[in-house]
Amino acid sequence: MEWLKLEQWSPYLVGIGIGILSWVTFLLSDKPIGCSTAFARTSGMIERIFRGAKVKEKPYYQKFAPTVDWEWMLVLGVVIGAFISSKLSGQFDFRWVPVVSGELDKTFVTAPYARIAVAFIGGILMGVGSRWAGGCTSGHGISGTLQMAVSSWLAAICFFIGGIISAMLIFRVFAG
Amino acid sequence: MLKALHSKKGVQLILGLIAGIIFGFLLQKGGVTKYSVILGQLLLRDFTVVKIMLSAVITGTLGIHLLRSLGLVQLHPKPGSFGASVIGGLIFGVGFATLGYCPGTIAGAVGQGSLDALVGGVVGILLGAGIFASLYPRLQKATLIKGDFGELTLPQLLKVNPWVVVIPVAILLAAILFLLQRAGL
Repeated sequence: MEWLKLEQWSPYLVGIGIGILSWVTFLLSDKPIGCSTAFARTSGMIERIFRGAKVKEKPYYQKFAPTVDWEWMLVLGVVIGAFISSKLSGQFDFRWVPVVSGELDKTFVTAPYARIAVAFIGGILMGVGSRWAGGCTSGHGISGTLQMAVSSWLAAICFFIGGIISAMLIFRVFAG
Repeated sequence: MLKALHSKKGVQLILGLIAGIIFGFLLQKGGVTKYSVILGQLLLRDFTVVKIMLSAVITGTLGIHLLRSLGLVQLHPKPGSFGASVIGGLIFGVGFATLGYCPGTIAGAVGQGSLDALVGGVVGILLGAGIFASLYPRLQKATLIKGDFGELTLPQLLKVNPWVVVIPVAILLAAILFLLQRAGL
């Protein structure tokens, strides 16, 4: 079982594994793998704590009820699965900033408060963008494209166009 | 038999959790729960993200369409429009480069102990999703329905048998992987 303790597996093997997992979720649960809807549901659940039952009347939450569903459990499982994987390889570590080198070694990545602020702003954009596009790198990028959905190919290509241009501007123009 | 399984709520929640554990394990083993790997991809230096995604799509599309041809699964393509998929996709992209995780891999980053993902990113995504939910009625009229094409798939768009699209796309994606590997990326 040494392979379970390896730090990194071949990306091709990991991709094939995710592809096979998608067959299983379609078969057993009639669901494509996706993650961003669970964040919208959770946001609704948190809002309900503060504003009460009328949150459910918001048109968006009538479409995506703020409750625990299959996909919400999937996202919870991702936390657990990554925890197990990182524990087995000895990579698990509480870190305030990511490990980086080279051109990624910038103050806004390596100073804890700056990194948290930048991640927060990036998170807001991602929260808005994923709900605006109706999916994320999993739901559109993998599950949607494998179904040959037009919406998903379009969104996934735009994720990378937006991401590549932004990363180049951030690290090679502004902070370069 | 499978239809009966799909309607069992409690069982489905457990199946979702198990699928998530496997998914999270694979994402972490693939390295894509790491900020440096995601940014490495967006800076076009490290192609791990693309290698994982394309291998998953090739494997997934062949299997899902085979299962569909056998009548064992149904497709669930998401609806879309130019206003939703393109604008939303580009906003997502800016967030992708700033945050360095996506909604799936950030859950994995939390699992491996990345506190910037938990305290900064997850809180931001939840707030962003809440902001979107509040703006939704106005956005729906102004942007999201612009260029609406619904739950369309490429084979439906081209009016062909799904396999006529699936096989060439799978070959094309495999060719991209082959070329990336040959280029030493």
